[in-house]
Amino acid sequence: MTIMEERQAEIGRPRPRKEDARLITGRSKYTDNITLPGMLHLSMVRSPLARARITSIDTSAARSAPGVVQVLTGADLADEQGSMPNAWPITPDQKTPPHPAVAVDTVNFAGEIVAVVIARSAAAARDASELVDVEYEDLPVVTDLAAAARDEEIIYPELGTNKSATWVFDSAQAGTGGDVEEALANSEVVVERTFTQQRLIPAFMEPRSTVVDPTGEQITMWSATQIPHVLRVMLALTLGVPESKLRVIAPDVGGGFGGKLQVTPEEVITLLAARRVGKPCKYTETRSETMVGAHHGRDQLQTIRIGANRDGTVTGLDVHLLADMGAYLGLITSGIPILGAFMFNGIYKFSAYRFECTNVFTNKVWTDAYRGAGRPEATFAIERIMDELATELGMDPIELRRKNWIAHEEFPFTTVASLEYDSGNYEAATDKALELFDYEALRAEQRRRRESGDPVQLGIGVSTFTEMCGLAPSRVLGSLDYGAGGWEYAQVRVLPTGNVEVVTGVSPHGQGHVTSWSQIVADRLGVPFENVEVLHGDTQVAQRGMDTYGSRSLAVGGMAVVAATDKVIEKAKQVAAHMLEAAAEDITFSGGQFSVRGTDQGVSFNDVALATFAAHDMPEGFEPSLDSDATFDPENFSFPHGTHLAAMEVDTETGQVRVHKYVCVDDVGHVINPLIVDGQVHGGLAQGIAQALFEEAVYDDSGTLLTGSFTEYLVPAAPDLPEFTVDRTYTPATTNVLGVKGVGEAGTIASTPAIVNGILDAVRHLGVRDVAMPCSPSRVWNAIQQAQSSGQQATEPEVAP
Amino acid sequence: MIPSQFEFQAPTTVDEAVGLLANGMDVKVLAGGQSLLPVLKLRMADPEMVVSLNKVDALRGVRREGEHLVIGAMTTHAEVATDPLLSAHAGLLSKVAATIADPQVRNRGTIGGAVVHADPAGDMGGALLAADAQMTIAGPSGTRTVAAADFFVDFFTTAVDEDELLTEIRVPVFDGWGADYQKFTRVAQQWSIVAAGAMVRTTGDQIAEARVVLTNMDSVPRRATAVEQALAGTALTEEAVASACAAAAEGTNPTDDLNGDANYRRHLATVLTRRAVLAAAGYRSS
Repeated sequence: MTIMEERQAEIGRPRPRKEDARLITGRSKYTDNITLPGMLHLSMVRSPLARARITSIDTSAARSAPGVVQVLTGADLADEQGSMPNAWPITPDQKTPPHPAVAVDTVNFAGEIVAVVIARSAAAARDASELVDVEYEDLPVVTDLAAAARDEEIIYPELGTNKSATWVFDSAQAGTGGDVEEALANSEVVVERTFTQQRLIPAFMEPRSTVVDPTGEQITMWSATQIPHVLRVMLALTLGVPESKLRVIAPDVGGGFGGKLQVTPEEVITLLAARRVGKPCKYTETRSETMVGAHHGRDQLQTIRIGANRDGTVTGLDVHLLADMGAYLGLITSGIPILGAFMFNGIYKFSAYRFECTNVFTNKVWTDAYRGAGRPEATFAIERIMDELATELGMDPIELRRKNWIAHEEFPFTTVASLEYDSGNYEAATDKALELFDYEALRAEQRRRRESGDPVQLGIGVSTFTEMCGLAPSRVLGSLDYGAGGWEYAQVRVLPTGNVEVVTGVSPHGQGHVTSWSQIVADRLGVPFENVEVLHGDTQVAQRGMDTYGSRSLAVGGMAVVAATDKVIEKAKQVAAHMLEAAAEDITFSGGQFSVRGTDQGVSFNDVALATFAAHDMPEGFEPSLDSDATFDPENFSFPHGTHLAAMEVDTETGQVRVHKYVCVDDVGHVINPLIVDGQVHGGLAQGIAQALFEEAVYDDSGTLLTGSFTEYLVPAAPDLPEFTVDRTYTPATTNVLGVKGVGEAGTIASTPAIVNGILDAVRHLGVRDVAMPCSPSRVWNAIQQAQSSGQQATEPEVAP
Repeated sequence: MIPSQFEFQAPTTVDEAVGLLANGMDVKVLAGGQSLLPVLKLRMADPEMVVSLNKVDALRGVRREGEHLVIGAMTTHAEVATDPLLSAHAGLLSKVAATIADPQVRNRGTIGGAVVHADPAGDMGGALLAADAQMTIAGPSGTRTVAAADFFVDFFTTAVDEDELLTEIRVPVFDGWGADYQKFTRVAQQWSIVAAGAMVRTTGDQIAEARVVLTNMDSVPRRATAVEQALAGTALTEEAVASACAAAAEGTNPTDDLNGDANYRRHLATVLTRRAVLAAAGYRSS
């Protein structure tokens, strides 16, 4: 008798990533590592002006420079380049300006491409690009969002306005709540605030790069993209190249954060250039080009009104946004604020809600997805104003939230913004966070410092959040006029030796899908983790897919993997039954072993794999293959949530701000790999804290980006961030069998308001009401000075928080 | 990030290097390259020749000559930060070097390269002013010596002519002095928004003598002589030091940028100067 060792479950194990050893030791294949025989190199000529008419382009000197093969301008490409795609027209009458990959007549932001040099080396291309002589006639530049919305100077005269579209959600009309104006009129307290969501630069580690090989039967494009599948479709639609003649590969991709959720002019140009010269072409941008030419994120002006009764019950929320599109509408530029429309009510039960957003053009690079995309903006606004409301009411900010959040027993809950939250336990996450944080002790320390007049004051910032992620039900995306669906695809292939190849339609660029997917499949098939190979990111390998963004990969793509794996098991059971001379319904499968119920007879998964490969003796009518695929379209989004607490120190002498303690308790449902989930949270926190404290893309009045390098655009590194206390509660999603929710954006969404609330809590007693992000020392210090000099000494709340 | 094409030379002696500077071409000297290479890659400069000093061994290291310490121009920031002679007798230089950029930059960047680059936000210039450093400059007609106070001329401009090289920095031996450098940044790896350096000698409960310098408060590093005079003989208390340091920003000319306007910088200068002086004096608040 043998003692069967209990197989350790893979799901839940903190496995170091399979990908890491290769990536860390440089055995990587990023797009810029790709070199093809006869390959040529591109260099872009970019406009230094933010708005101008192109009066002439003289390419003669560049054409005759050493190594130069060709120089192309917008005029050369006008007939074939089409217009860059916008896949999310949010209203039927949305105004969408034409967006040529290479500007033809006018440029509308500084950094826009006006010509491309094709040469035998990258150096020759770069040298020659300086010889392209472009003459411009200046046009008035519009950079300020509010001014642009007033239509004083219209960027696209043919559109008649700078306003692209206005989108409204009203709970009274949707039948999910009351009328906001009526609710606010009847409220005992109304608090109004205006917040600025500053413009951010995604700052992925790997600059964008594209290689196109036009020499085969198909045109092959390698690109540093999050979306090889979407890119292929969009290139076909934009350029008229038959989709079947295009193959797109996302090889190793070094980060994206939404910044590579785009169909870029550079990709279109590389393809057109390669097709023209009939040779492989490569374009890799410099960091300076990333800063000016790759899309930015955020950039909203938010006017928020919240009503409440004196007991703390919130009665209504009104949200009015101006969203800066920049000069063009990128792939989903216009829809980003709409992703926030359903989230301003956060985790709360409000009885009336209205959201109105106007999308506005300015002469800046266009905005688009950036980690969280619409939801951080919404969460910031509601969590900041909840703290302001708590101050107004003299309530502890935690108590105010408790009073208004959806109680655990109320799930599933349909919100005032019309979403059905399937699950959640805000009480558990908050209680755990308060305990880890030692909330009462920090409040006592805060009082001590206030009373002693310590130059370094302490503040406590609270932020709760939920988000709609796991994009998403195709039906819902359709109702929002999004141009594509939200399903995901997977295929599971069984090799003769019992090794398994998993093909996934998502496109990892740092998320560790290869490891997590291996864990899921290893558990389900009872095969060793090492025996699972995960293939992705090539439209010829993963023939279907919707790619990676919106914290969707596990909740949607992982579920497709589960569904395909289950189909493999069903097929394998038929083969096992035949081998064991039993009925298929009598076969059980556990730990990689097929058994006949109630007997000790069995065959292993590997035996079945080999037998199916040989196919000598298959069940009657059985197609000799275990390979299976599945397409999963979720019924609902997933709704992770969490409570984040930040203790912030403010040096009132200098305005310097430091994170003293940071605790977050997130609930992302079941966790496949805790190490990866912790990493996602850590990285998210870093980016969210960076928005609160460090990062801002600043343009001057002429439309020149002043933060064009990492000297001015401050991305934090390890010494700038605190030690994070990261913990979790586990409330499984009820809408997928894994019970998982998205985690990629959680840290980014929740941390920004926690930090800013903490800063305000530290200096509110000095009379400071708000500090614009990023809360730089000079802004914090100036806010204190202004409050002091205006004598606007705030009274201590009656109930001291 | 591809620079324009240039010729590259790596001489092994100072004479050879000085000879190359006089060859009639537009030459840039590579002395660590932590500023020069970004400048080249961004094409903010396109020299015809780059002369690397990396192989000139005579320019490296720290030695004591009588009552002076001699620092070779090609001594790295990391070496300056950890050198025992400097720690013992020129503590401000060590402390300043340890705050420069990040470990990678400190391992490549050199004291000579940094001060000749003369970025107004560069940290080492002030420390050299405070320490009364003498700068040895080699040129076609031999060497000359310039006091640190005369070395920094303007933004990115020093007393070193185009056909000259900074070879050595000499500082007197300081014994019995405390030092501190208060560098104010928003993220760790950032140029100083403002910084204040102090060297202080105390007797009993008094400040006997103080040297105070400011970084990024003007086109060149500045010595706060009014503060130094006010500190001399003053009691070592927070109030007295704060009062003496209130004038720290007097006569300075700071810029406005995204990190703060001139007014904020002037305020920072007073706070940081006070903190640097108290720390250099070994003051502990009760």
